[in-house]
Amino acid sequence: MKLTFPHMGNTYIPVKAMLDDLGVNCIIPPFNNKKALEIGTKLAPELACLPLKINLGNFIQAYEMGADSILMTGGCGPCRFGYYCEMHREILSDMGVDMKVITLDIPGNDYNKLLNNVREITGGLNIYKILKAVKNTVEVSKKVDELERLTFKIRPREIHKGATDKIYRSFLYSILKIKGSRNIKKHIDKARNKLLEIQTDKEMKPIRVGIVGEIYTTNDPYSNLYIESRLGNEGIEVTRPVTVSGWIIDHMIKKALHLKGDERYKEAAKPYLGTMIGGHSQETIGNTVLFAKDGYDGVVQIFPLGCMPEIVSESILPSIERDFKIPVMSLIIDEMTGEAGYMTRVEAFIDLLKRRREIDAFEGKGMLSWN
Amino acid sequence: MHLKEKGCYLGIDVGSVSTNLVVIDDDGFVIEKLYLKTGGQPIKAMRTGISMLNESLGKSVNILGAGATGSGRHLASVVVGCDIVKNEITSHAIAALKLVPNVKTILEIGGQDSKIIFVRNGVVYDFAMNTVCAAGTGSFLDRQAARLDIPIEEFGKHALNSSSPVRIAGRCAVFAESDMIHKQQAGHSVEDIICGLCEALVRNYINNLAKGKELLEPFVFQGGVAANQGIVAAFEKELNAKIIIPQYYDVMGAYGAALMAKEKMCQKEYKTNFGGFDISKKEFTVASMECNDCSNVCELIKIISNDTVLASWGDRCGKWSAEGKESAQISISNAAN
Repeated sequence: MKLTFPHMGNTYIPVKAMLDDLGVNCIIPPFNNKKALEIGTKLAPELACLPLKINLGNFIQAYEMGADSILMTGGCGPCRFGYYCEMHREILSDMGVDMKVITLDIPGNDYNKLLNNVREITGGLNIYKILKAVKNTVEVSKKVDELERLTFKIRPREIHKGATDKIYRSFLYSILKIKGSRNIKKHIDKARNKLLEIQTDKEMKPIRVGIVGEIYTTNDPYSNLYIESRLGNEGIEVTRPVTVSGWIIDHMIKKALHLKGDERYKEAAKPYLGTMIGGHSQETIGNTVLFAKDGYDGVVQIFPLGCMPEIVSESILPSIERDFKIPVMSLIIDEMTGEAGYMTRVEAFIDLLKRRREIDAFEGKGMLSWN
Repeated sequence: MHLKEKGCYLGIDVGSVSTNLVVIDDDGFVIEKLYLKTGGQPIKAMRTGISMLNESLGKSVNILGAGATGSGRHLASVVVGCDIVKNEITSHAIAALKLVPNVKTILEIGGQDSKIIFVRNGVVYDFAMNTVCAAGTGSFLDRQAARLDIPIEEFGKHALNSSSPVRIAGRCAVFAESDMIHKQQAGHSVEDIICGLCEALVRNYINNLAKGKELLEPFVFQGGVAANQGIVAAFEKELNAKIIIPQYYDVMGAYGAALMAKEKMCQKEYKTNFGGFDISKKEFTVASMECNDCSNVCELIKIISNDTVLASWGDRCGKWSAEGKESAQISISNAAN
């Protein structure tokens, strides 16, 4: 079996580590690009969201590279994602693409199905081996997120512009050649040490922006047009609370074991949205409130066109904006997104934040400098 | 001769429909303003504009700084040589704040996009720009005027003569047009249809951009469309407030860019990048290519003059644009010498 899985930002790193440890042959599709999106747009229903389209592109590209099975996670949230593996299965079979779709679903009562799927992937049920692989995957995903967070901190402060991007990018490519969670962890540490060697301006107090929204588009740099790196290179420190490791730990493992995760966002979201309505909308609302209370300069919400949970959040955000006097910008993405218009909005938002901070620094008197 | 001693600043706004140039003096007053049609050829429009400025002002002013804005701002900055390149939203806000210092809401309708800017205590507090649809912008009005065979300058006036405006579906420009044609065939008068169109555009604008946000007076309406009395009347009716149309409403972007250039040059002693009025004689070509060095497959755009690449952009990794920046600086300093 040659297994493939869709891209979502850095998810490929922990998943590759897990499959390597389990001894499964895996094929990672090329990084998200125009080609993948083009293939997906052709195959997917017009109003399906961007993640579905890119996923389809990933699968077809992996199929061309020799993959024969797909590993997907399912879900039972009210967001359409829960139904995506079925959609993928149907669309691919309509296209005559012969690929098996294996869904790892969080079991309700029926653990047999999950075990069968696991048995199919690993070719046996060595519980000890599987638990060890899961433990290592969690560690790898945590380390990847830490590394990413480190780039968010260093990028705005670096003295030679572009140094962080160079190291981080070469890390993302080189990991493809490394096998096994142990080696991957070592490799992450190496990249971390290299990042820590970058010369930074320690005195600088960068503008802080929180990134909220739908998990795929916020985590995947291709879909959000590299917003984190662009903001970082403009001297802005970004924070993104919804991450891959958070998703693996909170949504997969803890839910399966009925454990409670970090739920501060739920408390914060209560006055605006008291219940889970699907997707990450409660996180979006709650984290925006937390950012505002934490004194952040602004919040950027990102979501794919037609994403129902985020549309609900978008309509709630103006009240948070008003109550906490924090600017919030919503960016909607699909395959029709024009980069020029998108960048104009991002640039104007940066101007707005810088200007507000300047005014604050001069006690409301303000001096006119837009440079 | 007086102006030459004090020095002037140039602002240039290269938009989808119009290319505007503004020259301001040291105190921020406009000496000369030009409103030209881009006509799909921004480089040609810029060269025409610069040579027109050269004829009218060339000998009497000394340009100390230049600023660029609009969707073609990067192109303008390379072709003309600018000291500051800023997005349209910031430029429009600065211009409006200069002319109407107590402004709270700025309505701006341009060629391909529309924006709303909220100002509180003299700072841009929030803004919105149309995201997934360009219905209700200047180009659409232009097209409808042409279709009805009415000069765009008089288009708005017809709306004022309407007694019972029809309701036009304004969500999407294409559907708005087919709805208009349908209403026409049903026998409605041109006045009523134009008035209905103006109201639909304003409704669309308010619904898409101002969603959930506080609309406070005074309102400033700018951009080429502010000349359209029908739209102004529709805004006043919808918002139930007076709309201020600033003096230089059609060239506010360029005016803002000039103000920013002035601000920047006054802060510190910079040497301006402005290439001089001679650039209208230089040839520029634009080439595009796909870079296949990584999976991003970026589309690159290169600006070439006399076989030298002045600038390139469109790459995500910065490999090409960094190279372009260095050569642009060299060539511009060569041109200045």
